[in-house]
Amino acid sequence: MSNDDMTIKPLSKLHEILLNGEFAVTGECGPPRGANREVIAKKAGLLKGFIDAVNVTDNQTAIVRMSSIAGAVHLIEAGLEPVMQMVVRDRNRIALQSDILGAYSMGIRNILCLSGDHQSFGSQPDALNVFDIDSLNLVRTVKDMRETGKDMSGFELDIAPAMFIGAAANPFADPFEYRVLRLAKKIDAGVDFIQTQCIYNMARFKQWIKMAREEGLTEKVYILGGVTPLKSAGMARYMNNKVAGMDIPDEIIKRMGSVPKEDAIEEGMKICLETIAELKELDGVSGVHIMAIEWEEKVGEIVKRAGLKK
Amino acid sequence: MIIADKKPIEEIIEEVEDYDRLLVLGCNECVTVCEAGGKKEVGILASVLRMHFIKEGREKKIDERTLERQCDHEYLEEIRDVIDQYDAVLSLACGVGVQFAAEKYLSTPILPGVNTVCLGANEERGVWTERCQACGECVLARTAGICPVSRCAKRVLNGPCGGSSNGKCEINKDLDCAWQLIIDRLHALGRMDDYEKVAPIKNWSTDRAGGPRKVVREDVQV
Repeated sequence: MSNDDMTIKPLSKLHEILLNGEFAVTGECGPPRGANREVIAKKAGLLKGFIDAVNVTDNQTAIVRMSSIAGAVHLIEAGLEPVMQMVVRDRNRIALQSDILGAYSMGIRNILCLSGDHQSFGSQPDALNVFDIDSLNLVRTVKDMRETGKDMSGFELDIAPAMFIGAAANPFADPFEYRVLRLAKKIDAGVDFIQTQCIYNMARFKQWIKMAREEGLTEKVYILGGVTPLKSAGMARYMNNKVAGMDIPDEIIKRMGSVPKEDAIEEGMKICLETIAELKELDGVSGVHIMAIEWEEKVGEIVKRAGLKK
Repeated sequence: MIIADKKPIEEIIEEVEDYDRLLVLGCNECVTVCEAGGKKEVGILASVLRMHFIKEGREKKIDERTLERQCDHEYLEEIRDVIDQYDAVLSLACGVGVQFAAEKYLSTPILPGVNTVCLGANEERGVWTERCQACGECVLARTAGICPVSRCAKRVLNGPCGGSSNGKCEINKDLDCAWQLIIDRLHALGRMDDYEKVAPIKNWSTDRAGGPRKVVREDVQV
C-alpha cells in the first residue's frame, strides 16, 4: 500500500476509497439458512447508501447457509460491493482456488481470508474439517494468483483473479505480545487490508495499533476497526463468555446494565458511536467495519449518527 | 505409542452375539501400556462376556490369549494351530493388529474390541493425549518440538488463530493452545526468529491424503 503512488490501479471500489485516504465503512451480511435470495435483497436495501462494501460471511459459526459466493453475487445485483469471506475449514486448496476463479468471474473483487469457526461450534459437529492450508497461506495463494497470473501448480491462467485481499486480526486474543508479529506475517503473506475483531476494550486496541505503528505495519496495510452495537447487558455477557476471542471489559457490561432495560439499545448505540469516534482519530486506522449481526437496519443509523458518510 | 480406548460393552456384545466359540485376543504392546487391550483387560472382558451370556442362558466358550504383538507375522502365527477351534476372534489390539490378523486368517471373523484413538503419550496415570498424526513429513524442527498438525484443532501452521485465550483453545477450555506452547518454547529457546517466518503450504501427499502409506527399507530387507 502506498497512498503516494497515484499510478496504483484500484482493484475494487473499497480499494479505491482507501487509496483516496477516505475513512472506509464496511458492513456485514449473513446469508440465509435457505435458498431465499430475497433475504439478501432485503439486507442489501437496508445497507445501500451507507457503506462502501459488505462482507458476506462463509457459513459462519459453522452453520450451513447460502454460500458466500452466491450471497456476494446477489449483493452485486443489488448494487453493492461485496467482500467475499472465505474460510479454509471446508475446502481444500483445489476447491479454494476454483471458487476464487469462479468468484472473480462473477465480479467479486474483495476477499477476506479466514480460518473459520471450528465445526464443533456449529449445528453439525460430526463434520470432517479440511484445513488443507491455513488462512495466512490462503492470503499468499490469492496474492500469488494476482501477481504471477498462475495457480498454485504454476499453471498460467488465461484470466487471473486480481482481488483486493483482506484478513482478520484479533488484537484481543492471546498471546498479546505476538499478535503484532502475526499481523506482520499476514503482511508478508500479502494482505492488503485487515478487519479486526469487535473492539470494546479500547485500551488494548490502542496498545495494539501503537505497536503496529511502531513496527511500521500501519504503513503497509489498511486497518479497519471492528464494531458491533450491543443490545443488552445480557448480550454483552454472552459474547464475552461464549464467543471465541471476544473481550468485553467489565465496565462496558456494567454500563449496559446500569440503564433501564428500554434504554439499553440506545446505550449500546452510544458505546458504538464513541468507539467509532475514537477510531476516526486514531493514527493507523483507515476505516470501520460495522458488524450489526442480524440487525442490518441499525447500520444506517450508526453511519449517520457517527457522521461517517456522504 | 498407539492409544486405544475400550469399546462400550453393549457394542462388543452385539459384535460377538452370533458366535458360540470366541477367542479374546490381547496384545502385549501399546494397548497393554494404555490399559485397553493387554492380558489384564482380556481377562476382565472375557469374564464380563461369560457372565453376560450365562445370565442370558446362552453359555459360550470364551478363551483368553495375549500375543506379544499382533502387528507381526511371527507372533500372529502362534494361534494358527488353534484358530479353527473358534467361530470368531475378538481382538483387543489396535486397528493394525485387527487387520493383520484378518488378513492372515481369512475364514475367521476378527472383531475389534477397542477403538484406536491416536498416537499419544501417557500424560499422567489414566490420561493419554495425542502428540502425532503421522503426517509423514515432520515439522517439529520449525515449531519448537510442539506439533501444530496434531495439537491445533484447526491444524494452523501459522498460528495462533484468533480463538486462543489465556493459553487455551477456543474449542475446549481444558485444551492447551498448541501455538501458545510453541511461542512459549520458541521464546525460551531464543528462537523467536523462527516464528517470524511464514510457514510454507504443507505437502499432504505424505499424509493419508496420498493414499495408504508404505515404507520400504532395502537396507534391512532380507
